[in-house]
Amino acid sequence: MVSKSGRTLLNLASLNRVISKRAFSNSKTLAAKQMTVRDALNSALDEEMTRDEKVFILGEEVAQYDGAYKVTRGLWKKYGDKRVIDTPITEMGFAGIATGAAMAGLRPVCEFMTFNFAMQAIDQIINSAAKTFYMSAGRVNVPIVFRGPNGAAAGVAAQHSQCYGAWYAHCPGLKVVSPYNSEDAKGLLKSAIRDPDPVVCLENEILYGVQYPMSDEALSSDFLLPIGKAKIERPGKHITLVAHSKAVETCLDAAKELAGKGIEAEVINLRSLRPIDIDTITKSVVKTNHLVSVEQGWPTCGIGAEILARLMESEVFYHLDQPAVRITGADVPMPYTQSLEVAALPRPADVVDAVKRLLKVK
Amino acid sequence: MGLNRSLRFAFNISKSWIQIYKTYSTCPKFPGAKTTFTNQLQFTETSSYAPIPIFRILGPKGELLNSSDEPKLSEEILLKMYKDMTVLNVMDKILYESQRQGRISFYMTSYGEEATHIGSAAALDLDDLVYGQYREAGVLMYRGFTLQQFVDQCYGNIDDKGRGRQMPVHYGSKDLNYVTISSPLGTQLPQAVGSAYALKDTNRVVICYFGEGSASEGDAHAAFNFSATLGCPVIFFCRNNGYAISTPVEEQYRGDGIAGKGPSYGINTLRVDGNDVLAVYEATKLAKDFASKEKKPVLIEALTYRVGDHSTSDDSSSYRPKEEVSDWLNNDYPTKKFRHYLESRGLWNEEHEEQLLAQANKGILAALSNGEKKKKPKWTEMYEDVYKFMPLHIKKQQDAMKDHLKKYGKYYPIDSF
Repeated sequence: MVSKSGRTLLNLASLNRVISKRAFSNSKTLAAKQMTVRDALNSALDEEMTRDEKVFILGEEVAQYDGAYKVTRGLWKKYGDKRVIDTPITEMGFAGIATGAAMAGLRPVCEFMTFNFAMQAIDQIINSAAKTFYMSAGRVNVPIVFRGPNGAAAGVAAQHSQCYGAWYAHCPGLKVVSPYNSEDAKGLLKSAIRDPDPVVCLENEILYGVQYPMSDEALSSDFLLPIGKAKIERPGKHITLVAHSKAVETCLDAAKELAGKGIEAEVINLRSLRPIDIDTITKSVVKTNHLVSVEQGWPTCGIGAEILARLMESEVFYHLDQPAVRITGADVPMPYTQSLEVAALPRPADVVDAVKRLLKVK
Repeated sequence: MGLNRSLRFAFNISKSWIQIYKTYSTCPKFPGAKTTFTNQLQFTETSSYAPIPIFRILGPKGELLNSSDEPKLSEEILLKMYKDMTVLNVMDKILYESQRQGRISFYMTSYGEEATHIGSAAALDLDDLVYGQYREAGVLMYRGFTLQQFVDQCYGNIDDKGRGRQMPVHYGSKDLNYVTISSPLGTQLPQAVGSAYALKDTNRVVICYFGEGSASEGDAHAAFNFSATLGCPVIFFCRNNGYAISTPVEEQYRGDGIAGKGPSYGINTLRVDGNDVLAVYEATKLAKDFASKEKKPVLIEALTYRVGDHSTSDDSSSYRPKEEVSDWLNNDYPTKKFRHYLESRGLWNEEHEEQLLAQANKGILAALSNGEKKKKPKWTEMYEDVYKFMPLHIKKQQDAMKDHLKKYGKYYPIDSF
């Protein structure tokens, strides 16, 4: 809303700052075409709108303004007022309208300017979208996507910088995806749009402007990534690092540094938070016998807490040589101060330290 | 026994119903109905009511349209109003540039809306409580927030009462009864009603500023309805500036704007020319007197135009023609209008203007250079204020930091805190 109060706290200046910072990626298609996460999301929307006339987008500023973060760029021009709809400022209103449209058989993509503002609409997401299929005894499904930037942004303080991964992953009836790079963004959003159930797609504002390689396969309009399946971003044998969204980058940076010390970390990009791919984590931990979870959200009842609890409840527990460790965002409202903001989020050095402690390496 | 009793209860009810129907009349008896029956089936349309007119005192050139409307304000107050409007412009210009230079992360200007700030602020008492949305710096300035305090907040230095925790322009001042700005849109509306409810036993009122965009939030409906049903002395002040970021009013609502909603909630309503500072003053004065005396809400819709971009994250040229903006700037700009009025009364001239601008420029640049030099909030403060009483786990962190700094303090820029 700041922006929405400032409601707009679209900190484009900070976005620009990160655009130039190419993130580390070990994708096998290094020679492949580069694409920003923003463009990957845009092409997913474009392709799915072309494929299925029932798909439409609604939200604040999504049409004429091309979206507050320009994710819907060009779509209004291409598809017109009927399928790209600017709404008045009412999250609970347009989330409710989108939910109703989905109940009536359309496939709405409901954009929140940021997930911070979706708090206004959380009743529609949890009590209506997520539960209607069950409450209607399977007669009414809600094929809807709630999407927008999630997680810590830059320089926008406590009310605009927080991760909602754990909030939505908590709720049965929802599926939750949290893409990291461009391939993730495209493949997961396309799957989300085609999914018969409500899907929350948690994008990362800081990553919108970052370029990642796109394989030929990912460039195809048939490219889908399965919801509920994690990806091993980097194989390793000594320790498992599991993360989602921007924290994957933190892990990859840490893994690179650890490799220099002879430690091969396996980095798992969760991609989905609900259902969570516990099998992939299990297989990895059975191999490495060590686990560190990394996320930008708060620790209490977080994604890492869930993963650790699941492993504790399973046979994998006996494969752990050391207690598993969570690295999370600091348990405080996000500071505005730039230096504290950095310190409130997991950094590669935090991961490296934790790994060295677990592996008893100096 | 139980059965008999319930039967008797049912009998009693039906007996009382019979008594009601005996007093049959043509007036509807439906609970809450305040109307008559009709045998005409027809729509009530937006056009069934005349739209609420726009109250104004000054014409587009700043001329007094009706000599009997001469405001009963002292020259001192009139000049303070004009000076604050002008200084607000100068402060906006310099802090906007400061953002462009990367010195602060964010800023919002008030160009075009100065009269809504100053006119309403002048009509209130300092002990009235203000809930702003975010573009109300002029209100705070009128109340006595100094240039240094504005700059200190934007820079988040040691003298920022917000301890550097809020984005720029999220001002707040307990001394000036100005509630700290909250980023999520519309939250201030029901909160203002709650505060007004709490102040019912006093003569104080609450004023709550909001934009025509946030009037679409569900919060606005809850606020309007509760203020009326609970009888709260609150003034809802809508700055209808034409755009919610890029969304024009044509896409924001149908019907007779924001003011048109008031009567249907049972709220006394005024619509005023928001570019006419004297009209805004008179409207807010009337609203304050009514709200304070009657313990009832008032809705004011001030029609204005956002001449600047929404914020430093916005480029409004992508959704509105430059000519539209320059038309408002040149032909109906609140500060210019008011200046013309003051000049016509012999209260202002070019020389005064030049002096004021020079003084304002100097004052803000001095505040800026002071603000930049000031230390950052003390590092111990970062552990405070999450809870009223610091829990053990946070205390431990604070102590660990203290110990750490005892040993390694020399490696940190401790002097800058």
